[in-house]
Amino acid sequence: MKISFANALGLHPQALQLRARRTEVLASNLANSDTPHYKARDFDVDRLLRGPDAPKLPLQKTSPDHLSLDDEDARFRLLYRVPQQAALDGNTVEEHIEQAKFAENALRYQASLRFVNGKFSGLMTAIRGE
Amino acid sequence: MSSLKIFDVAGSGMNAQMLRLNLTASNLANVDSVSSSIEQTYKSRQPVFAAQFRNAFDRLHSTTTEVKVLGVVESPEPLRMEYAPNHPMANDDGYIFKPNVDPVEELANMIAASRSYQNNIEVLNTAREMMMQTLKMGQ
Repeated sequence: MKISFANALGLHPQALQLRARRTEVLASNLANSDTPHYKARDFDVDRLLRGPDAPKLPLQKTSPDHLSLDDEDARFRLLYRVPQQAALDGNTVEEHIEQAKFAENALRYQASLRFVNGKFSGLMTAIRGE
Repeated sequence: MSSLKIFDVAGSGMNAQMLRLNLTASNLANVDSVSSSIEQTYKSRQPVFAAQFRNAFDRLHSTTTEVKVLGVVESPEPLRMEYAPNHPMANDDGYIFKPNVDPVEELANMIAASRSYQNNIEVLNTAREMMMQTLKMGQ
């Protein structure tokens, strides 16, 4: 029997990566809460973890400069937040909402981290045969 | 966490808010600086912020956006002109000029700036905590 880290750890390493990126996005929103015309952004981690929505038809690339559709970057698209109360200066950051999202995201990151840690200590126990 | 970009972002936000707080302090300190001509009178100074994008691709795909301080502008609001012929700074017509600083507006600005600054500190602390826990993974 062989141990595969990918099988043992499940979705969590990927979740950690996405949560870390979302932390950056939400931090940008909070930093720009007073920047005129700045639009708050976010993305849906759960949707990305579920994988591609539907199989896409393959595109033929006739030049190496063409962007690929299968890229992680193409799949990973930032969306714009719809503000509940629009500000006059065109800024759509609502600090209380962003703070709540930031806290939630940090908590979920820590949850994933705990799962990974738990898996690791489980594997260590199995390896040591204690 | 892939990089330390989040520290740059929160840092740029703190930098911007600190400038705003400094300008508010200047405005409030000079609220009673009278003079005898429009040119010499202190005018309310306000910061101009903009989101920093390096290029169009970043605008679509980059997860981090720093705050850029474009500069400081003087308020175009009219100065407060007051008839005070006995004032030592009065001009030939007996008028003195007071800055166009609105103390109430400045106080509101001050609270908003310090709240935003705190937000960024909070982001920094949380990000650092997350990183420390990640570094300890598997131990």
